[in-house]
Amino acid sequence: MKEDNHGYWIDQMRRISENRDEDAFVALFQHFAPRMKSFLMRSGSDNALAEEIVQDVMTTVWRKAHLFNPTRASVSTWIYTIARNRRVDLIRRQKRPEPEDLPWGPEQEPDQTDLIGLQQESEQLGVALSALPEKQRILIEKAYFGDLSHGEIAAETGLPLGTIKSRIRLALDRLRHAMS
Amino acid sequence: MIKHHLTEDLLMAYSAGALSEAFSLAVATHISLCDECRAAAESYDAVGGAVMVSTDAAPVSDSCLSNTLAAIREADTETPAPRLTDTVLPSPLAEYVGGGVDKIKWKSAGMGVKQAILPTNDDAVARLLYIPAGAAVPDHGHGGLELTCVLQGAFRDEDMRFARGDIEVATEEVDHTPIADISEDCICLAVTDAPLKFKGWLPRLAQPFLGI
Ligand SMILES: [Zn+2]
Repeated sequence: MKEDNHGYWIDQMRRISENRDEDAFVALFQHFAPRMKSFLMRSGSDNALAEEIVQDVMTTVWRKAHLFNPTRASVSTWIYTIARNRRVDLIRRQKRPEPEDLPWGPEQEPDQTDLIGLQQESEQLGVALSALPEKQRILIEKAYFGDLSHGEIAAETGLPLGTIKSRIRLALDRLRHAMS
Repeated sequence: MIKHHLTEDLLMAYSAGALSEAFSLAVATHISLCDECRAAAESYDAVGGAVMVSTDAAPVSDSCLSNTLAAIREADTETPAPRLTDTVLPSPLAEYVGGGVDKIKWKSAGMGVKQAILPTNDDAVARLLYIPAGAAVPDHGHGGLELTCVLQGAFRDEDMRFARGDIEVATEEVDHTPIADISEDCICLAVTDAPLKFKGWLPRLAQPFLGI
């Protein structure tokens, strides 16, 4: 499916940043907005707030499309970080300190090997995530959706903290292995 | 060369947006100075992206799309203003201070130690500490997590040395007494989620000054 092809989304981003192409933007919206909304609702926002954040994030995607660097992150990772930061702003009501920018900028011509390497890693990561044993995948999702510390996951699931930590570690090892 | 890094728990929680503001500031400060943890944080972001797109899609209303299209037709491209930088304070810290080291509003905490509490929300406390060369931070244990990231000079704690960029992750089990290297005054960022518990009469006098 073209939706699983990271190169396809990079092409849409390029059409948005270079040609301000609304069709490309609508394609991006139709793929990412429903997933982002579901992610936000599972993180505790109601329907109206989730749609408000989706609109805000997708508008930011349009405005900052020229800053997207396909050798640094996949489109889904980039959109995730924008959505995460908005969620911290609006739901946690706090600022999100970001690391200092690296000295190189997005204006450099992307290196083709880096670009293809990152696309492959991103695709392998998606496959590895869906192939995780159910018990591990649920904990990874809770850590990202639930805004929960490992201790809070322990309280919610009734599992011992040590079990949670070791399951998350196992899951991350598998994901890391898939990306290397 | 950085020797002391963030834990996986902290990197993952930062990527998930689950840390309080003050702890996020300590993580962002270390990542600014450490390529290894920056790369790790980016991998955790990639996991976040994969988790988000693997979610069952929730139907989005037609008005959400039409409002977004109306918004982008009004919107210009946005290039963020260059961030504040400083030779001692990485951008995330410089932004809280409003400039470089010369803009830090130090308050005496006694015994030559100075501190400046940064304006984060109050789930946890972020403070810059200035420890004169050779001086010790009062001996203390903690009720929770403490992150200390060195920005200038170095300190020793037990048999470990922490220099610029290094981060010490101390939990409630640890009693520790950081001592600044004699070579240079030490500036570090210290973040705590629970009041520090000082031992002995002299440090206890310092507690009101430290504001904890
Ligand atoms: Zn590090």
